[in-house]
Amino acid sequence: MKDFRAELIKTIPPSGIRAFFDLVIGMKDVVSLGVGEPDFVTPWHICESAIFSIEKGMTSYTSNLGLLELRHAIADYLLRMFSVKYDPKQELIITVGASEAMDIAFRAVLNPGDEVIILEPSYVAYAPLVTLAGGVPVNISLIHGDELVVDFEKIESKITNKTKAIFINYPNNPTGKSFRKDELVRFALLAEKHDLLVVSDEIYGELTYDYDHICFSSLPGMKERTILISGFSKAFAMTGWRIGYAAAPHDVIEAMMKIHQYAMLCAPISGQIAAIAALERGNKDVKAMKKEYKRRRNIIVEGFNKLNLYCANPEGAFYVFPSIKRLPFSSEEFCIKLLNEEKVAVVPGTAFGSTGEGFIRCAYAASIENIKEALRRIKDFLQRHDAL
Amino acid sequence: MSNDELKKAILDILVTDAKRSVDDIAAMLQQPKKKIKELIEKMEQDKTILTYKAVINRAKFDSDRTTCLIEVQCSPQRGVGFDAIAERIYKFPEVRSLYLMSGGCDLMLLIEGETMRDVAFFVAEKLATLDHVKSTTTHFLLKRYKEDGFILTGQTNPSRLAITP
Repeated sequence: MKDFRAELIKTIPPSGIRAFFDLVIGMKDVVSLGVGEPDFVTPWHICESAIFSIEKGMTSYTSNLGLLELRHAIADYLLRMFSVKYDPKQELIITVGASEAMDIAFRAVLNPGDEVIILEPSYVAYAPLVTLAGGVPVNISLIHGDELVVDFEKIESKITNKTKAIFINYPNNPTGKSFRKDELVRFALLAEKHDLLVVSDEIYGELTYDYDHICFSSLPGMKERTILISGFSKAFAMTGWRIGYAAAPHDVIEAMMKIHQYAMLCAPISGQIAAIAALERGNKDVKAMKKEYKRRRNIIVEGFNKLNLYCANPEGAFYVFPSIKRLPFSSEEFCIKLLNEEKVAVVPGTAFGSTGEGFIRCAYAASIENIKEALRRIKDFLQRHDAL
Repeated sequence: MSNDELKKAILDILVTDAKRSVDDIAAMLQQPKKKIKELIEKMEQDKTILTYKAVINRAKFDSDRTTCLIEVQCSPQRGVGFDAIAERIYKFPEVRSLYLMSGGCDLMLLIEGETMRDVAFFVAEKLATLDHVKSTTTHFLLKRYKEDGFILTGQTNPSRLAITP
């Protein structure tokens, strides 16, 4: 029988996280710092709004673009929080999670062979989605020793006549790094100089701890060349509801909508109603969760540095990316040994690109007790391997 | 962070978990341990922090302790309002909490006794007979669903995948 699979899909490697998940599954008493989702349950008033809507029989399709009420609520939110104004009727689309928004964004703008600059380490989906859309990911490492630094000259050197877009994600999964205004302005200057589109995944924007998040499209002249991607999963602890959105110029949203209407039709209505409740009354929930994440971040950063595993202080999201370079193991070897010997699950940095070698991703979307227990076990692990 | 802001941040942690150590609190707030220790001691001395207690699920052990809420209507007194009668009432050790209320009653008491008989005795013999107490309405607590923010009815945390992107 023929191999029915498309040639393109054969070129895409399976997710490194998936492989590691297969190792962890079935193991007992594992302390996991490998979970990239909030450990909070969606606030009850949000759940209750969705339950009420189901009781009222609101179980239908919505407009392809999503409920207008939700688009208005998102437009109000973006204006209130980040001072950027979008037309809810023409410049916003509700998607099935931010993941779908990314997928249809790339498919809407990339021609075969178009290059997209992606800063590594990066979330597992970006490069494969670019490839699936016919584009070519151009990965640029942020790693300089143990630090994460944006080398703008290096980025500019990679820009060719095929470069269509720069992709940025801040605060970042897996590193927690965010960008301050001076860095964002330099991205803006590059985009303007080379007439590039910027696709900006800001799903962790609300979870910025030491300064206010700046929305890329709020920079002068950038709204016209930005696809802003975000959603409700992280800040509102709504991962399973699968509600995301994209905000972009009208022609881009129309192009994205063409794909969305055929592939997805619309995002689930219950999730959209829950998202309205989240924006209307969820601000205090976000504040409370953010406060707790910040405390956990401080504990875990101090913990890793005490273990002499250098860990930069991440500005946002709920990840730290400590260096394990002083150990005689690759990232993957370290994670497998740690899992087998101490039953602590962390994710190899290489799951987020080859430049993640020498690092591990640890999520602090876990209780302080679990974080401390994981750190205690890692200490035992280091002592056993004469590394402490 | 000013000392007042820091005190609030410390209290915010301790009201959720009174066992949280000085080391943990210092790390969580990125402050020196010495400063955290001093501020906690200061708040203990000035009675901002009254005590450290556990929130327990009484259903987990055999307990006949009886709890009730009592609405009290009483006459305020010239010059002291409800304070004098409140003082008479809160001195009884059975009274765990006492609040001045708006609405249908003047004072609300939370009473705990070893048995229902103890509570009945307190209400009939001590509380209802006080001067200025006009009436009492006693509500016995039958089941606790939530205590100090903790759900007690066996709800378990939903499971998550051990590794996700």
